[in-house]
Amino acid sequence: MSESNQEHLQATFDARVAAESRIEPRDWMPDDFRKSVLRQMSQHAHSEVIGMQPEGNWITRAPTLHRKTILMAKVQDEAGHGLYLYSAAETLGTSRDDMIAALHAGKAKYASIFNYPSLTWADIGAIGWLVDGAAIVNQVSLQRTSYGPYARAMVRICKEESFHQRQGYQIMMVLARGSEEQKAMAQDALNRWWWPSLMMFGPHDAESAHSAKSMQWKLKRESNDTLRQRFVDQTIPQAELIGLTVPDPDLKWNEERGAYDFGEIDWEEFMQVISGNGPCNKQRLDHHIAAKENGQWVRDAMAAYEEKRRARREAA
Amino acid sequence: MNDTSKFALALGDDALTMGQRLSEWISHGPFLEEDIALANVALDFMGRARMFLSYAGELEGEGRSEDDLAFLRDTREFTNLLMFELPIGDFGQTIARQYLVDAFEAPYFEALCNSKDETIAAIAAKVVKECRYHLRRSRDWVIRLGDGTEESHQRMQDGIYEMWPYVAELFEMPEYETRLAEQGIAVDRDVLRAGWEKEVMATLAEATLSAPQDGHAIRGGREGVHTEHLGFLLSDLQFMQRAYPGLEW
Repeated sequence: MSESNQEHLQATFDARVAAESRIEPRDWMPDDFRKSVLRQMSQHAHSEVIGMQPEGNWITRAPTLHRKTILMAKVQDEAGHGLYLYSAAETLGTSRDDMIAALHAGKAKYASIFNYPSLTWADIGAIGWLVDGAAIVNQVSLQRTSYGPYARAMVRICKEESFHQRQGYQIMMVLARGSEEQKAMAQDALNRWWWPSLMMFGPHDAESAHSAKSMQWKLKRESNDTLRQRFVDQTIPQAELIGLTVPDPDLKWNEERGAYDFGEIDWEEFMQVISGNGPCNKQRLDHHIAAKENGQWVRDAMAAYEEKRRARREAA
Repeated sequence: MNDTSKFALALGDDALTMGQRLSEWISHGPFLEEDIALANVALDFMGRARMFLSYAGELEGEGRSEDDLAFLRDTREFTNLLMFELPIGDFGQTIARQYLVDAFEAPYFEALCNSKDETIAAIAAKVVKECRYHLRRSRDWVIRLGDGTEESHQRMQDGIYEMWPYVAELFEMPEYETRLAEQGIAVDRDVLRAGWEKEVMATLAEATLSAPQDGHAIRGGREGVHTEHLGFLLSDLQFMQRAYPGLEW
């Protein structure tokens, strides 16, 4: 490709991004952009799928049949989100199998929050309320991301996530007005999930490896700190409403900023968990690998059967 | 409990144990689409369980809710058929159970749509649509796995063998159910046997699987005499209600 042609393509790409029009799979895009979208989408897809585990952990033990069916439907939705996102990512020319192989090889990441254990029923409430709540703040912003298939997947996913967030909050609300044990269970879950939820937004803007370039490409529409602040500001009143206390002694309303000031995240813990040393990293990955390995014979059978059918059709 | 209440309870217990078992697959399926499909089927069974258990409680008239019936009875009070409570095993066993049950349930619930009990008929009318879809799906899997690879053939065959001793119970009725069948409220299960055999034999043949000989039958579910597996299923299912009795969730 000639240099001037390359410049022309780049200029067209830049102009489209600047004009807020979406980049589509067949459009020319810089290699770095392609890599960056793929990294983000595959990470997002893996998060949905790995996220099925801490919640799936409570399906057989849900306290009522109604709660059980809601939880099953929710975890099923997460699988569906994983599917949309893998499909959207495949538009970039990488197969789902390759993305999963990268996950199993430790090359692709997923949201580090799923490396914490879900210990009590209240954790199911906390995950819906806080983890899905934080995810929505990010995903609403991503509905305007510059890569078309990703933006469209986000529109669909956001609709379901807001239902998930409400069901989680509703679980917490019932616990918070329940017995002393239930209140304690709810408060304990909030204590354990609060900080990891804030970590979901990633490092401070200044320390975020991919942020600047992603913002420039309009892949990322708002900064980590902006999104984190929005989550804190919307969640604190929800906690207060049901009488739970966010585990942050530095938390206070800042009249001047019209926002909550909050304490510093334990970044050492964050780094440990994303580098594989969280309480459940190995368990989550082992589970996913085992499901894949145990299903190998089923997938082989499907392929063999299709092959036989094709051969029979051709012979006929 | 009167006859109809016992009948609704039995159908509710069938659906509950199957739904609970299927739900164990979520996040363990052989690929993501299958996780979704298994969850769908599990949800259908769970929905059915809720309708039947609620109705059983209502007929009983002692204020027991679907949750009271699901979470506060012990093994001997459960009246599901044994096949429904068996562990999920590998995917071949899960599919074998599902197919043998679906092949029974699709015509069964179709017949039950004519029940003279309006509520039972209404539940059956909703359930029968799901059953037809379940049957298409599980039949398809039996054929694909049976006629897939050597390994899948063997696993599918093992699954069918594993489930076969529990088939007889599908066609048996306790006395209360026979009385209800005479009144047009329940359906004579034995009448469905010939159709079931025809369906299953055709599928097994297409799947290149052999049909086991009818041999020793294991039974007792409707009398509350279960496999040892049910106790463990219940200890998971009932954990919260047992550990924290009498609370709202």
